[in-house]
Amino acid sequence: MTTSRPVKTLPQRAGLGLKPEHYKTILSDRPDVGFFEVHAENYMGAGGPPHRYLEEIAALYPLSLHGVGLSIGAARGLDKAHLARLRQLIDRYRPQSFSEHLAWSTHETGFLNDLLPVPYTEETLARVVAHVDETQQTLGRPLLLENPSTYVLFADSTIDEVDFMATIAQRTGCGLLLDVNNVMVSAVNHRLDPFAYIDRFPVELVGEIHLAGYDETTDAAGDRLLIDAHGTSVRNDVIELYRYTLARSGPLPTLIEWDNDVPDFATLNAEAARADAMLSAAALQHAKGRAA
Amino acid sequence: MITGFAESQDAFAAALLHADQPLPPGITTARGMADAARFAVYRNNVFVGLTGALAQRFVVTEQLVGTDFFAGMARAYAQDHKPRSPLIIDYGDDFPDFVAAFPPAGGLPYLPDLARIEVAWTQAYHAADAVPLDLAALAEVSPEILPDLRLVAHPSVRLIRSDFPVGSIWNAHQQDEVMPVSDWYGQAVLVLRPHMDVDVCILPPQDAVFAAFLLNGASLGEAAQAAFAAAPEFDFGAALLGLVNLGAFCAFHPDKGSNP
Repeated sequence: MTTSRPVKTLPQRAGLGLKPEHYKTILSDRPDVGFFEVHAENYMGAGGPPHRYLEEIAALYPLSLHGVGLSIGAARGLDKAHLARLRQLIDRYRPQSFSEHLAWSTHETGFLNDLLPVPYTEETLARVVAHVDETQQTLGRPLLLENPSTYVLFADSTIDEVDFMATIAQRTGCGLLLDVNNVMVSAVNHRLDPFAYIDRFPVELVGEIHLAGYDETTDAAGDRLLIDAHGTSVRNDVIELYRYTLARSGPLPTLIEWDNDVPDFATLNAEAARADAMLSAAALQHAKGRAA
Repeated sequence: MITGFAESQDAFAAALLHADQPLPPGITTARGMADAARFAVYRNNVFVGLTGALAQRFVVTEQLVGTDFFAGMARAYAQDHKPRSPLIIDYGDDFPDFVAAFPPAGGLPYLPDLARIEVAWTQAYHAADAVPLDLAALAEVSPEILPDLRLVAHPSVRLIRSDFPVGSIWNAHQQDEVMPVSDWYGQAVLVLRPHMDVDVCILPPQDAVFAAFLLNGASLGEAAQAAFAAAPEFDFGAALLGLVNLGAFCAFHPDKGSNP
């Protein structure tokens, strides 16, 4: 499929995940937030307050639609009914961005409700490329594909994750969503250098960055095991990796993901303000770089 | 096409769902060996995600049995009931049936119907929007065709008829301080969302049969006849007014016998 590269229409600002407990605060206070992101599956009911609030908020802020259930990394075919629901949402809300994960979650036993890992081989690459093609054709627009956080490796894998993602983008015309927290989680879990991962990542294809907080434990061998938890503020090492990323990429739309133990809106907004300050600094640095 | 990729996902899924199964073949770590603690993160994510979704939906059910009991019951349900689609907002629609057949909960016979209120609540919340039927429109219908009228249920409406006071129990748990329910009798509970807020309404006992018939598509005449037979004190005018005022309907069909 030959689609053009995604137009980066989300602003180069920090955005927040939209949570029902904050609907009213957002509408009454109109906070200065760059954009809001919603999980598509939470807005697949027929009607009711979720749609009512999303319509009002999407009229005021740029919107990012983020799927968590398409299962692009599934070995078997995509769920056509789910694709149709996504198309309906996109037609209704015209979001500035649509993204999904390099992961699988649907199986014949049912929906497994987690983002499960995919081995990186020529066979899986062909399958994921076919699924991204099908998705983009059905939705009539390019998607951003997000790098996963993983806890295990596959002995069968023959392709490096960055190469795997870059090849998908090259073959399908999709853009990439760079989750910097996922980079840190996977790098620590698999004893890789997260900065080297960023060095090799095709940042020119990135349409959005995700930041989140991880939890930490140890595995059976006693090694550090980071868990992508989305229940705290962004950890300091991820902030440093984000700064490093921005120095390479320049400012990019950046989402703060905080989905569990959701705090009050002011706390979330403070996380966004921190990212916004870093984005401004990165913009200045890039402007100087161009002027020099 | 079933390939090595599909087979490896089958093995991964099987090991994910059954903690007694060995780790799936082919998974490893940077140390070059499979690690049970790492695979357990995925197992845990699946079950914590599903049982968490149930706890979020069945708030009063959880309060009634306590968090530990609920966690065990939810885990038992999740073991054999995976969501049929990625729409977690629908997950647990048949949880009340599971609760009814879950032997450890047998001592709380009202629990399944209470859980049915909570299923209905979420369904009403996400149901299609519709403007409730205006009483004035109904008042214009000439009395002689009234018995043949069929009312269209509002898309959000659900009726739970219970042998237990589940509406009162649910109401009691909406307050900070839960007071015991004193009147122990069966209740018919109407759950609906005529506008933005979900309402949970206990119907007058003599209106239960009338409401049930109307929501099943019976004509006003048929529903009234059944209601009188069940409860001689049934008051047609009051019952109809009550249901219309709650917002239980969104339209009516005057045509005889046709019920789309």
